[in-house]
Amino acid sequence: MKNYDLVIVGGGPAGLAAAVAARDNGIQDILIIERDDRLGGILNQCIHNGFGLHTFKEELTGPEYAQRFIDQVIERKIDYKLNTMVMDINPDKQVTAMNREDGMFVIDAKAVILAMGCRERPRGALNIPGYRPAGIYSAGTAQRLVNIEGYMPGKKVVILGSGDIGLIMARRMTLEGAEVKVVAEIMPYSGGLKRNIVQCLDDYGIPLKLSHTVVDIEGKERVEAVTIAEVDDHMKPIPGTEERYECDTLLLSVGLLPENELSRQSGVELSPVHRGPIVNDSLETNVEGIFACGNVLHVHDLVDFVSQEAAQAGKNAANFILHGEKKAERIVKINPTGGVRYTVPAFIRPEEMDETVTVRFRVGAVYKNSAVATYFDDECVARRKKQVFAPGEMEQVILKKSDLLAQKDLKEITIRIEEA
Amino acid sequence: MYDVAVIGAGCTGSAIARYLSRYQVKACVIEREEDVCDGTSKANSAIVHAGFDAHTGTMKAKMNVRGSEMMEDLSRELDFPYDRNGSLVVATADQDASLLDELKAQGEANGVKDIRILDEAELKEMEPNLADGVVKALFAPTGAIVCPFNMTIALAENAADNGVEFFLNTTVEKISREGDHYLIETDGKPIKAKAVVNAAGVYADAINNMVSSHKYHITARRGQYNLLDKTAGSHVRHTIFQLPTKMGKGVLVTPTVHGNLLVGPTAEDIDNKEGVNTTADGLGSLPKTSALSVKNIPFREVITAFAGLRAHEDGGDFVIGEAEDAPNFFNALGIESPGLSSAPAIGEYLADMVAEKLGLLKNPNFNGTRKGILDPSKLSIEERNELIRKEPAYGQIICRCEMITEGQILDAIHRTLGARSLDGVKRRTRAGMGRCQAGFCSPRTMEILEREVPMSAFDVTKTGGQSKIVIGYNKRV
Repeated sequence: MKNYDLVIVGGGPAGLAAAVAARDNGIQDILIIERDDRLGGILNQCIHNGFGLHTFKEELTGPEYAQRFIDQVIERKIDYKLNTMVMDINPDKQVTAMNREDGMFVIDAKAVILAMGCRERPRGALNIPGYRPAGIYSAGTAQRLVNIEGYMPGKKVVILGSGDIGLIMARRMTLEGAEVKVVAEIMPYSGGLKRNIVQCLDDYGIPLKLSHTVVDIEGKERVEAVTIAEVDDHMKPIPGTEERYECDTLLLSVGLLPENELSRQSGVELSPVHRGPIVNDSLETNVEGIFACGNVLHVHDLVDFVSQEAAQAGKNAANFILHGEKKAERIVKINPTGGVRYTVPAFIRPEEMDETVTVRFRVGAVYKNSAVATYFDDECVARRKKQVFAPGEMEQVILKKSDLLAQKDLKEITIRIEEA
Repeated sequence: MYDVAVIGAGCTGSAIARYLSRYQVKACVIEREEDVCDGTSKANSAIVHAGFDAHTGTMKAKMNVRGSEMMEDLSRELDFPYDRNGSLVVATADQDASLLDELKAQGEANGVKDIRILDEAELKEMEPNLADGVVKALFAPTGAIVCPFNMTIALAENAADNGVEFFLNTTVEKISREGDHYLIETDGKPIKAKAVVNAAGVYADAINNMVSSHKYHITARRGQYNLLDKTAGSHVRHTIFQLPTKMGKGVLVTPTVHGNLLVGPTAEDIDNKEGVNTTADGLGSLPKTSALSVKNIPFREVITAFAGLRAHEDGGDFVIGEAEDAPNFFNALGIESPGLSSAPAIGEYLADMVAEKLGLLKNPNFNGTRKGILDPSKLSIEERNELIRKEPAYGQIICRCEMITEGQILDAIHRTLGARSLDGVKRRTRAGMGRCQAGFCSPRTMEILEREVPMSAFDVTKTGGQSKIVIGYNKRV
């Protein structure tokens, strides 16, 4: 097996954008390893439109958006292997992978970009009581069955969770002739984008029941009914509020988890909050030369931000390969607080950072008429007001190198949500 | 006409069939589900009890101790996962620790080897995550864990390879004595047999009561469990039991042979013998109850919950043997815990009893070994590449959580008593048993079943019957 300077694990939107940026920054030997039978990742099953408004200033479907990047990869003659599973990455950046043709092989890479994406939380993770019949699918599995395989998983549907895939599938199943009876969401707010609630539920008259969850699943062979109930402030079902829905299908859109088993094997340190690698301003993990981007790093709302982030990772990995790693002169930690759950990156190296660094994060609850404030130690250096901050939407703050260099004694950056 | 018909293809029925096949016998197994190992055998604690629990002199005690002794050799002959990890029964400070001494004495009387009492210091060394209140424990080094799916499937496959026929998807409706044999009426074709062995789990009472005036009564005693991700699998190394209290038997915390952590079971008597549903109360009780023996169990890592039904007979002991008023009708009834541990012993004991009654001769062609599905992760890179060169399907990962290849799934489908459903594939290979719980691999496993069985996508089920995965095409616009 040929050796490569850069191995990118995953050929979805993150891996593709990272590969293009790495090539454009001077790296010749790049290999993308993709486990599916085509490039594009999860975008291939996202046949709805709404992708690319930021990147291309037009509305594309998922496959169209992916194709723009696949075309760039092909134009640049970047190598990729399909139907290939990465089995292991070690701290020395040896990547072990396997497929039918090559068998099991090891590549000694100079740098690795983790771009494995995320997976859906299954029913089991929620401990939903009841039977375990057929007819319970994560929304993404149902999306694959309908959009790629061309099958209908059921006709009468209840959806638990109002994450974006659940909302999209509510509309999709309706358009394909199924009856979506209700979407239940355990939180008092939706985990999805506002535009998806309007375009996928409201436009089709599908009720969204906030602060509701599934308390029973009936049916021994196939789902026959699902009971939902309202929950109290501690998310415990309130007796007497049960409503039973006859249905043959329960779709779950109850959260996404970055898929970091390989990262863990390679010694990469993970955040217990966003469950992705803890990275610095160049999106490098604690293991030198291993970078991360896209949903494996933290779950994004829009693919445009995945592409932007991945391009940064690609460029930074290229710099690492070409120029090596400089020891950081100082490290400034970013402290997420006051409603900010985490930040990516988690810390900044003022002397080594780019001219600007985009810090991305999510909030932990809905905040109305509030502002996101940035502090350099105790001093507020920026404040941006917004009508609504919601957990379903990613937020960002841009840090300028010149500002950080001006503060030689800076200990900590704090980002928080405050009343406007 | 069959010599013997075994009713039920759980671990007990499959073991009986396997040990019967050591004789020259025309035998069959009748199973209502679409696969073997589809009832209580698939939903239990997956442990081999050392044998100190049951009262001395009971069938439970005898069969458990013998089964536990047989299990390790059997796991090698039939190639299923088994690990003698040892078990601990722990007592907290406020409990009467002298009960541990009684348990030890009972174990010794039952013939359990090498059991001893451990003090707090020894315990904390062995299991740092034991709850702070734990002060004393009974240690049984012969306690073990096993894969209940592959153990049962291995027994059934080995029986089938030695000539036993299996009728799946077949429910027994009526049994009557006709001269020198029994007529078993089913929802399929009727079956005649000189002898009948009843291993029908929670329905064994109904089967017995069709032919014998000595009526039995079985209550379904439900046990609910949580299974945790492999990241939690090393939280304890031994199987941790709790000393029974007035509040109940407590729950166990154990690693599984595949490296997950299992917590459970609850114990509730229910009216519904199909009631394998979990409940909010049952699952909700597990964190609190398990915390009495093991601290800091990471319940955030739960990947699934399930429930199984113990076949509890009113008398409390296993009922094993010929019914007094129904010649050649043999029961393996009331096989609740330690049923999995006892299965090989019950199989051997009942098969020999039936053989003696029918005057069966030894089968000179009996082959007592069976090769399980290959686990490529146990091979070196060179061996693995050799395998992939010969059979490229071993180079294709289908289940990415458990890293199961297409080669393993093909083997599961094409071998004796091969898988015909997603759960059949899952129990044989673990594809779909990992942290994403089949979200990613089920469409791919469906495709493989369609191509290899072959079958229509609309006939692919989760676990037989009407448990279909897809119900039609989309609009195809």
